[in-house]
Amino acid sequence: MGEIQFKNICKKFGDVKVIEDLNLTIKDGEFTVLVGASGCGKTTLLRMIAGIGPATSGELFLDGQEVSDVPPGKRDIAMVFQNYAIYPTMSVKKNIEFGLINNKVPKEERERRIAEVADAVGLTPYLGRKPSELSGGQRQRVALARAMVKEPKVFLLDEPLSNLDAKLRVTMRSELIELHHRLGTTFVYVTHDQTEAMSMADTIVLMKDGRILQVASPVRMYSDPGQVYVAQFIGTPPMNILPVEDRYLGYRPEKVKFGEMKGTYCRKGRVLTREMLGSETLYKIELHAENAPEKQGTIMVKTEDYAHSIGEELWIRVEEDELYFFGKDEMRIKPGDGSMEAEEILERLRDYAGLHF
Amino acid sequence: MKKKATIRKAAPYIMVMPAVIFLIIFTFIPILYLFVLSFFKYNLISDMQFIGMDNYKNLFFVEAGFWVAARNTVIYTVSLVIFLTLFSLLLAVALEKSSLLNAFAQRLMFLPHLCATLTVAMIFQWLMNEEGMFNAVLGLFKLPGLRWLNSSDTALFSIIIIACWKDIGYYTIIMLSSLKAIPAEINEAAQLDNAGFLRRFFRITLPMVSPQLFFLLITITMGAFKVFDMVRILTEGGPGNSTDSIVYWIYKKAFTGTLNLGLASAASVVLMGVMMLMTVIYFNTINKKVHYQ
Repeated sequence: MGEIQFKNICKKFGDVKVIEDLNLTIKDGEFTVLVGASGCGKTTLLRMIAGIGPATSGELFLDGQEVSDVPPGKRDIAMVFQNYAIYPTMSVKKNIEFGLINNKVPKEERERRIAEVADAVGLTPYLGRKPSELSGGQRQRVALARAMVKEPKVFLLDEPLSNLDAKLRVTMRSELIELHHRLGTTFVYVTHDQTEAMSMADTIVLMKDGRILQVASPVRMYSDPGQVYVAQFIGTPPMNILPVEDRYLGYRPEKVKFGEMKGTYCRKGRVLTREMLGSETLYKIELHAENAPEKQGTIMVKTEDYAHSIGEELWIRVEEDELYFFGKDEMRIKPGDGSMEAEEILERLRDYAGLHF
Repeated sequence: MKKKATIRKAAPYIMVMPAVIFLIIFTFIPILYLFVLSFFKYNLISDMQFIGMDNYKNLFFVEAGFWVAARNTVIYTVSLVIFLTLFSLLLAVALEKSSLLNAFAQRLMFLPHLCATLTVAMIFQWLMNEEGMFNAVLGLFKLPGLRWLNSSDTALFSIIIIACWKDIGYYTIIMLSSLKAIPAEINEAAQLDNAGFLRRFFRITLPMVSPQLFFLLITITMGAFKVFDMVRILTEGGPGNSTDSIVYWIYKKAFTGTLNLGLASAASVVLMGVMMLMTVIYFNTINKKVHYQ
């Protein structure tokens, strides 16, 4: 078991409130990713679970037990730090063994567990080495092995891949997913990279300025964002947002189609830049539709169609059910949610389309 | 082209030349001369007279004062090494946390190091006076006063106290900077590994500051072995010869009384040999336990 529950958590650094009245439940056995821009409080939350940066007020439950006064070493958790925090004066083996010795695990069992873990992460040939003799990827594995060998209830990972090169990062990503499946324990993973969050998480917790904006699965986070910030944080490039007076219209760059002049939303635009990424191409397009209900601006388009060149005039089109609407407070509004605000925008778009096409 | 290449090759040698010349004139030649002098009878006035190993024989078998000085120097050095390394480390641990009080304490502790030895000596002569502050404090606890620098029983001990007081701040700052260089995450990781304070100190902190600790060990040992100014100013080796140090003894033999430069040179050669030997021993034993990154 490894369920984590935050109740009315506040955290202050001096006079600065970093987290205010936060409530969150992290489900047992899930891969939960805390994601947000730097300074949003995600690492602060992680350190609270670890017990190395206690909350100013509020309660933290681990499996229903209040743990605010339980020291870090007694919480049955393991943490992988961003800079790995390997003990530089100890060999790889001693690094992995340190926690086990402290927890008074008998020698035979220690040896067995170390051998197992070293084998699992591919460190067996390096057990006698000092950390200074290892590469970045190998150090990362030491940090991982040190966490795994403790067989904890909860794994905490603080941006563990951010110091690796792009290629290794992708490999380690799938290895971590595999590891989670194999162990079946609770993983709490902190990152600022939405791609990592989307690719690894069972549940994403998106944070901003010490508050939780949305908790959802990657699919829901992408297809059903609750507000403008979420819509723009998840997905690359971010969702195109265009103001309609004091409200907002949004659509994903990958849902834009070229060509035909029909439907609720189609606009004329000019290609500003083109980035060929291989299977896809990114276009930056400047819209110019006179008297349209939404304010005109530049949008991003992601498509397999690479045939358009810079300066070209073309038509873009988005299906009606791919359009998102946001209210004055940047919160999501949907047709049929009772406020009639979304319907109002939709009506104006339809009117404009009826007049012009 | 060939000329250019020659110049390029010669350039580094030309650049270190001034320093090397200075070293040769002011260090290597004097050492050589010292070595030569130790085999002669010489008093700055009359002619030098070769006497072979006589100076060394005198030093080891006749001059009892040299052995007293050697014993005092060893006591002084061992006390300083133990006290300064231990307490600079402990004080650094105590002062590690960043706070206004600790910042103030750090500055305060460094102050004695900025004072001239002469100033420190004057202050302590006054404090250790028989009607001075130290005895006044002892009196408060109804304890009998000590004669501090004026008694052969306590003089060496008093000098050790003064030397420690003067240097502790300096070494604490060195240890403190070393402690602060340990990344916080490493201690946090150790906490998560369920390591208690003492275990963290001995298994994480101590190995990580060991290079600085080793540096302290060497500099304190070498500094203490050559102690001169404290003795010269505070006691002039007295009472009796209870605070004679090797260097002060050499100074007395060479530049006072009979001006026995040969004997003083022989003692200097012995001192140099002992210090070299100790450095070699340090590097071959303790250095193996130091964790360099």
